[in-house]
Amino acid sequence: MRVHAKRAGVLLGSLLFPAWSMADWTLNMAPGVTGTSNEIFSLHMTILCICVAIGVVVFGVMFWSIFAHRKSQGAKPANFHENTLVEILWTIIPFVILVVMAIPATATLVDMYDTTESDVDIKVTGYQWRWKYDYIEEDFGFFSNMSTSRDEIYNRVAKTENYLLDVDNPLVIPVGKKVRLLLTANDVIHSWWVPAFGVKKDAIPGFINETWTRVDEPGIYRGQCTELCGKDHGFMPVVVKAVPQEEYDQWVADQREAAERERELTEKDWTMEELMERGEKAYASACAACHQADGSGAPPAFPALKGSQVALEDMDAHLDIVVNGVSGTSMQAFGDQLNEVDLAAVITYERNAWGNNTGEMITPKEVFEYKNQE
Amino acid sequence: MTDANQTPQPPRRTNVRVVGWCMAGVLGMFAFGFAMVPLYDVFCEITGINGKTGGRYESTVAAERDENRTVRVQFLAQNGPDMPWTFRPVTRSIEVHPGEPVTINYFAQNPTDRAMVGQAVPSLSPSEGTLYFHKTECFCFNQQPLEAGESVEMPLIFIVDKDLPEHITKLTLSYTLYDQEVAPAVSDNSRVRKTTNDNG
Amino acid sequence: MSAVADTHAQDHHHHGPAKGFSRWLLTTNHKDIGSMYLIFSFAMFLLGGSMAMVIRAELFQPGLQIVEPEFFNQMTTMHGLIMVFGAVMPAFVGLANWMLPLMIGAPDMALPRMNNWSFWLLPCAFLILVSTLFMSGGAPNFGWTFYAPLSTTYGPPSTTFFIFAVHIMGVSSIMGAINVIATILNMRAPGMTLMKMPLFVWTWLITAFLLIAVMPVLAGVVTMMLMDINFGTSFFDASGGGDPVLFQHVFWFFGHPEVYIMILPAFGAVSHIIPAFSRKPLFGYASMVYAVGAIALLSFVVWAHHMFTVGIPIAGQLFFMYATMLIAVPTGVKVFNWVATMFRGALSFEAPMLFSVAFVILFTIGGFSGLMLAIAPADFQYHDTYFVVAHFHYVLVPGAIFGIFASAYYWLPKWTGHMYDETLAQTHFWLSFVGMNLAFFPMHFLGLAGMPRRIPDYALQFADFNMVSSVGAFMFGASQLLFLLIVVKCVKGGEKASAKPWDGAEGLEWTVPSPAPYHTFSTPPVVK
Repeated sequence: MRVHAKRAGVLLGSLLFPAWSMADWTLNMAPGVTGTSNEIFSLHMTILCICVAIGVVVFGVMFWSIFAHRKSQGAKPANFHENTLVEILWTIIPFVILVVMAIPATATLVDMYDTTESDVDIKVTGYQWRWKYDYIEEDFGFFSNMSTSRDEIYNRVAKTENYLLDVDNPLVIPVGKKVRLLLTANDVIHSWWVPAFGVKKDAIPGFINETWTRVDEPGIYRGQCTELCGKDHGFMPVVVKAVPQEEYDQWVADQREAAERERELTEKDWTMEELMERGEKAYASACAACHQADGSGAPPAFPALKGSQVALEDMDAHLDIVVNGVSGTSMQAFGDQLNEVDLAAVITYERNAWGNNTGEMITPKEVFEYKNQE
Repeated sequence: MTDANQTPQPPRRTNVRVVGWCMAGVLGMFAFGFAMVPLYDVFCEITGINGKTGGRYESTVAAERDENRTVRVQFLAQNGPDMPWTFRPVTRSIEVHPGEPVTINYFAQNPTDRAMVGQAVPSLSPSEGTLYFHKTECFCFNQQPLEAGESVEMPLIFIVDKDLPEHITKLTLSYTLYDQEVAPAVSDNSRVRKTTNDNG
Repeated sequence: MSAVADTHAQDHHHHGPAKGFSRWLLTTNHKDIGSMYLIFSFAMFLLGGSMAMVIRAELFQPGLQIVEPEFFNQMTTMHGLIMVFGAVMPAFVGLANWMLPLMIGAPDMALPRMNNWSFWLLPCAFLILVSTLFMSGGAPNFGWTFYAPLSTTYGPPSTTFFIFAVHIMGVSSIMGAINVIATILNMRAPGMTLMKMPLFVWTWLITAFLLIAVMPVLAGVVTMMLMDINFGTSFFDASGGGDPVLFQHVFWFFGHPEVYIMILPAFGAVSHIIPAFSRKPLFGYASMVYAVGAIALLSFVVWAHHMFTVGIPIAGQLFFMYATMLIAVPTGVKVFNWVATMFRGALSFEAPMLFSVAFVILFTIGGFSGLMLAIAPADFQYHDTYFVVAHFHYVLVPGAIFGIFASAYYWLPKWTGHMYDETLAQTHFWLSFVGMNLAFFPMHFLGLAGMPRRIPDYALQFADFNMVSSVGAFMFGASQLLFLLIVVKCVKGGEKASAKPWDGAEGLEWTVPSPAPYHTFSTPPVVK
């Protein structure tokens, strides 16, 4: 029965679709890249066509009356006002049509609810206003924030192609594998939707929901939160990267390593002395060439760190310069060159050596979080 | 349809009677609105539809393992808003035979410098499995106080029912840990929250 | 047999209305109260409409230009609340006040003093609701559906005032409904059996029962919110053992019948106007009555179709899907009946007929998209997108609003004693019709292309249709000022209207002079 519905949908759809598929003026639902989304698409087309057909008949009769039975055209009104047979017929026929529509719909729904035999299980947690993805069997997880800048939103710079639909860390899934998604939320109800997958499910605080998807084509798929969740409801996109299995395995290995590293850093409580000791060595190898061992630097190209504003005051600015460098100057981005422990040690050292006695320290964990929030 | 000359007029009601009946309807429906709360709970308990697992399970018959079948049970943990505790399952997932009692632990630590009380709220997915997941011992039955810096391993003993439908091969049990003393800091009015917790 | 009507006929015989403001404050006359309801609802329509203009102006282009997201959410919320509770519902109560006694041959509503009270509660409620805009933290910003916990734990401080306003509106609606029921059951003219009642009376009777059944549930759910917010209970808070989904169940148990409360009286009015301008009796009177009854009953068992994505088990999904699809049957019967009424009539197209024909066509389109939304698997794609926004605006704008315009033009000669300006009214119709379609039809495409609802900014691929939609919305909005002009003109003067200005019209209301005297049917007419 489902096959029939599909066929009818595709047939009727192909009659109507060419006229509808214009470039940016998208008029219709896209079929998507999963079995579910294709089934939904054909259901959508079937019922749309049935509605259009009924509409043509009903409005046809109506427009015929409007055209032919006008008083100004000298029409004389008939006086009939009931006909039991007709009334029974137009109760029964719509009912039969509904039954016909309900059959493929039921079959699709049963498919959508079958979350068994999954290959990858991912927990999706909605926060105001970002998503967190945890790979349940793999022991790692991360936040996914919108990466569109405020400048674009407030029209200060030109909008990029994926305006509002870009994130820093997309969800990565393998193609051809059944991915089971477990959804919950931290604060209010959110709803996770990727149109191309035909998957939408509410994430409810305190409760867990599940759904699944199997993506057949590699690619980047975008969606948005679809349940009003407060101020930035419009600014929490969903981006999913579907990659081949090997690439996925490599990515998982990288993520696990990163997670492992994070745990090590978390577990160790670094003291000021340890950081200073390690920082002195790291500074000597990475920084002293320009900024000099005594922090006096060689102005103007290499500013002094001793007594400098950056090293004495704003910790975030300090961290930013060391991790990301300063573009247009010789200051490189050390974020990828040094590990978190060395970064933290260097910064702590710079803030406390040569009479920069701020007494402040930054832990490797904090550096790790800083690096991973971008 | 109806011919007035032959059909007798319906008896005229007085306004007082009509208003009386209407007010009864209004009060009844207002009460019904509130009755939906316990009704929904009962309905959920019978059908398990919202995934809220039940209270303490008292086994009446000696547990009998179903050796022919295994079910994977996964454990999740997350914190409610502004809950600073570390909270995670010690075991991520486990294969169990239906009918056998299994013990696993959750780890919780209060990293703050003040004593706090937490309450874990369970949820099971797929919700269809809720009726077949029995907890004989669970930290979620009670509130969990922790002193500043204190940590604890909290036990959970459960039995997956032998009657679990065949097509369910994986159960996911999720706990959300809430801070029971301060309400989430949102709007400017601070609210003290009583618990009406009676779920397992 | 006509004892009740007689007693009422012997009531105080004013010879005319009192003068000045106290006439309106203290009036118990159904015509005065009806007028006040109608004027109030039009004022609310303009207020809610101007909020829609803010929304559409912000959505004219991608990016944030005019308002911040926080205020945008307040606008969507207030637009919904004001239109539903302030514009549509009071407009129908106003029509009921004016027309029910005239249609059933009664001298007034059954409970005139309660009638006065139920009207004057409304301005109080809306004063409170609108004043939240000026409170710290702003107005309610959680959508007119106010889902917990966004509206409870995370709501702005003004939420308590919002709850209070909803309570007052609820009391007002319930009193209005009781009055309608008492009037219809007790005050019909001798000989008017139930199955001889005009359809507007029938639909209002059923609407009143729906109101009595669901407004208390709304009051209940906001009371639970109030308790969660202020008294530390946890009805909807998972941390205390509650369930946010329970909120949605209770809310939609109210919410779905509410949808029919906003449409059934329009069904009734259109069922008078189409026969009048087709000069032919309504086709299938009895089946119309049964269809309305069936729709009302079914409306109680379909609520969870608003919640297909919350994770209801499959058995529940199927039940609510089937029940919802079933509503298409009685709704279809009504549409078929209207078309059959027009078929082989002698049609003319004055403003009331134009609005009614547009009502049938556009409401049917809204019905079709409703049927599509009822298909649970497809709803996973449509849910909470602009497709839903398009759907309910197609049902409510041409349904409720056009139904009200059609009724207003149809009965204005009776109310004012003057004919309205037909040319201006037809201009109003065409501007509204084009504007409405331009505003809401593209929303179908936006939803299908993947634009979520209730967002203040959108991705670039949605830009074109949003611009079209905004232009249409501005056009629709501006043309409503024309309606104000037409009505004011009609009240002030114009061609004198006869007792029965429409040659095909039927009903007791056309047997009294135009304008309808302050007191009518002091002696009940006899219906044969």
